[in-house]
Order: sequence, then structure tokens, then C-alpha cells
Amino acid sequence: MSLRIVVCVKYVPDATGDRRFGEDFTTDRDGVDGLLSELDEYGVEQALRIAEASGDAEVTVVTVGPDDAKDALRKALSMGADKAVHVNDDDLHGTDALGTSLVLAKAVEQAGFDLVVCGMASTDGTMGVVPALLAERLGVPQVTLLSEVAVEGGVVTGRRDGDAATEYLQAQLPAVVSVTDQSGEARYPSFKGIMAAKKKPVQSLDLDDLGIEAEQVGLAGAWTAVDSAAARPARTQGTIVKDEGEGGKQLAAFLAAQKFI
Amino acid sequence: MAEILVLVDHADGVVRKPALELLTLARRLGTPVAVVLGAGDAAAGIAAKAGEYGAERVITADAAQFADFLVVPKVDALQQIAGSVNPAAVLVTSSGEGKEIAARLALRLGSGVITDAVDLASSEGGPVATQSVFAASFTVQSRVSHGTPVITVKPNATSPEAAPAAGAVESVAVEFSAAASGTKVTSRTPRVSSGRPELTEAAIVVSGGRGVGAADGFSVVEALADSLGAAVGASRAAVDAGWYPHSNQVGQTGKQVSPQLYIANGISGAIQHRAGMQTSKTIVVVNKDPEAPIFELADFGVVGDLFAVLPQLTDEINTRKG
Repeated sequence: MSLRIVVCVKYVPDATGDRRFGEDFTTDRDGVDGLLSELDEYGVEQALRIAEASGDAEVTVVTVGPDDAKDALRKALSMGADKAVHVNDDDLHGTDALGTSLVLAKAVEQAGFDLVVCGMASTDGTMGVVPALLAERLGVPQVTLLSEVAVEGGVVTGRRDGDAATEYLQAQLPAVVSVTDQSGEARYPSFKGIMAAKKKPVQSLDLDDLGIEAEQVGLAGAWTAVDSAAARPARTQGTIVKDEGEGGKQLAAFLAAQKFI
Repeated sequence: MAEILVLVDHADGVVRKPALELLTLARRLGTPVAVVLGAGDAAAGIAAKAGEYGAERVITADAAQFADFLVVPKVDALQQIAGSVNPAAVLVTSSGEGKEIAARLALRLGSGVITDAVDLASSEGGPVATQSVFAASFTVQSRVSHGTPVITVKPNATSPEAAPAAGAVESVAVEFSAAASGTKVTSRTPRVSSGRPELTEAAIVVSGGRGVGAADGFSVVEALADSLGAAVGASRAAVDAGWYPHSNQVGQTGKQVSPQLYIANGISGAIQHRAGMQTSKTIVVVNKDPEAPIFELADFGVVGDLFAVLPQLTDEINTRKG
């Protein structure tokens, strides 16, 4: 039986754009261009490499997000994923990480999976907790923050570079993995891939389809609350000098005045 | 007074500095209760240190599972301990592992989770966390609105302050779940110490970027760092080029640092990098391109060749140290 790989991706505001909050302190997704989170491209890439290595695999890409989120799915399909699932429901607005993991878990279960692949974090929320939460909800091993990953004979192995040590991990499928930006450069979609993606199936699901009640998700269902969000005051530029041969000494004088030396 | 569970991170038998910061912050919220997992023979020493920094109680648990399997054994232990202590909040260090532990614990406790707090305050509605988001361009105040708040706190959120407390040690035996043995750690190689401070914990960070030009160019960056007792950082461009290890990368996908002093050398200041360093207290820039956007962040900047400026600065510092 073929290996069923599900990649979870997020549609995020462009990190190089002017990101801001809406009046309810949720991320403003209208005022800035969105795209497939750069860190999720690594997840798509590793899923495709694992699929290619297995020779018999199907890659399904799943996202939870508003209408425009289908752009993220198209990108993943044009890279080479086979099909997509888009969970979209007005009641999802303001869902926190715990709620998102619930929706993803239900969607992944419905799609059927041997391996779930995620990026290390989103580039907007940056929490990096959804892969662990998915593993907890699905009741399968988490093999996360991998800079190398391989699947062979129903076993997933990988290298995790932690703060204090490098660890080699191993778990039986089914499992949830997440991969870092060190796992390997993501491919660019080819022209052929972009054309083929237009014909690939994208299934749309709402909360009813997944058996999730509206009050379990959204702002009202969130177990965290944002009280305020304020733009950080811009840093005021200090003294800039041109090095005329004394630049290092001038810098030393500044550091001494600031009591760093 | 309410008890605050603090997961005490340790390595090589020694308490890591962020754990002392957590204990310091926990005292604002209630009475710290330290949790020390898998420390083996070092547990007593670690417990004593936690007591010095305000832990009224220290709960220790030891089992091979903590080292042999990923994340879940620690979640099992914290869940069991939280069940008996009934804390007002749980604090964990914001590392990759710390955030995973916190999230799974929160889900099991039926609680909300906040990650990457840079400050914590007490309020009637429970702990209020300050977070720095969108590449540190916004400051957010948030709180957990359901269940026992589980919060991860970034290193350098505060300075550790000693406040001796009883530090009464209790040892518990953890009953592990079936899931605990799901992901086996087949081997572990401790990171070779550079002898320099840990990047996220350092008071001073000296970084190099594309302008360093080659791997051996980092020797001038390292020499400056050593004159200041600083950690060495690198931009993504320098890491991607293979000039410096990924473990030293500062930026959105590397380490986020918030030192007293950050010295950026040959770094243009792409959003990727700014996300990891712009909450630093004082920022110094050396770059030969006067148009480099990183100068916008600089408290002091030198437009010049880093291979001229840095050695002169290093000599000057070493001379002043006498």
C-alpha cells in the first residue's frame, strides 16, 4: 500500500511586508500580501523527497485558513504535491494554536495518513507548537525539529539539533515530523508543475464536515487572550561615523562611555 | 500563596541560566516550586541551586525515559506533578523542546499556552505575558483565559536574582504513558563547547554576516568577542554560505537574542536577521555600505571595513583592560 503523506501548511502575511493587527488583535490578513509560509516550503520539500524515495506515495497538503489560503495550497501543488484539502470556515477567525491543532488533526485523520510533515514554525505566530500538539491529539510519535529526515520500512529517523546536543531519533509510523530550514533547500515550481497544479484536486471542508463545533474554535474558543498590541517605538538612530583610520578607537570610546569596557 | 511550577532546565549536571531567570520571575507570581527531571546524581546540587533562587519546594524525578525518549516523558512527569501540586501557573524555558513540552502539557491540562514571553507580571486575572512579535515590531500583552496558565519564557527576560528559600526536596516516581516511549533517542552528541557564553544567554553578542566574506574571516569577529567575553553570532547569509555553524545563527529561523550589547559586523539587516536581534538594548554596527538598513537600528555605527575596524577595536579593548 502506498505511503500516505500529509503536509500541513500555513498561509501567512509576507514577513517582508507591513504586518499588523486587526481591531480584535488577530493578525490582519487583508492589509498585506499573503503567501505559503517560507518555513512550510521545507516541509513540502521533505515530503516530496520522501515520496520520491519510496516510489509509491501520495502527498496531500492541508491548510486551515481564509479564501486566499488556497494560494498556499497551489504553491505546494505546483511544487509537486498530489492533492489538497482546504479547511475554511468563518467561525475559524481568531483560532489559537490549540484550536488549529484540533482542526488539523481532524482533517489529517479524515484524509488518512502514515506520515504528517510540518514546518518548524509559522513565520507569523512563530510558536512552533502545532507539530507537537498534532502528535498529542493523533496519539502518534512526534519526531520534530529535524535537520535530516528519512523513512524506510515503516520507520522514520531524523537528526534533531538542539541547544545542548544533537540527537538522532527514531519512531514507527504513523508519526508526525517537523523539519527545519536546515533540512534542504525547497525546490522552485517548474512551469510544468505550475500548469499541472491547476488540474489537481482541492477539497474544501468546513467545520461541520470535520465534526467540530463552532465554540471549540475561533476567538471565543481560544484559551488565550490578547489584551493589547502596540507597535514598538522605532529605534532612533544614534551616531554614525565614517572610518577615517580611527573607527575602531571611536567605537571603543563609545563602548567605554556606555560602560561595556 | 499560590504555587508556581518551574521546569528547571539543566545540562551536564548544572542548572542553565534561563532556569534561574524563571525562578526569579516565578516569585512575582507566587511561590516557586522547582521541577528537576532526569538529573541523576546531580539532582541534589541542582535542587540546592533552585532553593538559592527561591524554590520553596523542589520536586525531583529520575528515570532512564527522560534521556531515552523525546519530550513525552517530561510531559507525563509535569502532568502528574501538576495534578498533585495544583499550581497557579507553569513556567518553562522557551527552547524548541521547552515549547513542545509546554504545548502538550497545556493540551492535557485543558489550559491555554503562551510561548516566548519576554516579561511576566502578576494581575488579578492571572499572569500577564509580554511578547515581542512580527519580527519584534509589535509588543503584545496576553494572558491565558482558560485553565492553568502554561507559559514559556525566553532567555534573558530578566536577570537572575538569588532569594534563598527552603528548597525542600521531594522525590516522585513518574508513571509513564504508552506514548512516552514513542520516539526513541538512538544517540546524543553533546555540543562541543566553544568556551564562549551560550548565544541566547550572553550579555554581549558579536555577529558576522556576508561582509565577513569567508569562514576564516570570522577570526576577527571571534577575537573581538573574546576581548568582550561575548558570544559569537552569524547571519543566515553567513551560515548558508557555510562560514559558521547553524547553531550560531541569529534571526527568525535561528536564535532570537536580546543581549545588553549587540555588535553587527558586515550584516545588511534583512528582516530575517532583525527578527532575531532588534530587542537588544544597545546595537552597534560596522558595515562598509552606508546604505545598509541595519544602520537604522544602530546606537553607534561605523561606516568602514570590518577588517580594519574590528582589529583596532579589539586592540583598544585589550589595552584598556591592561
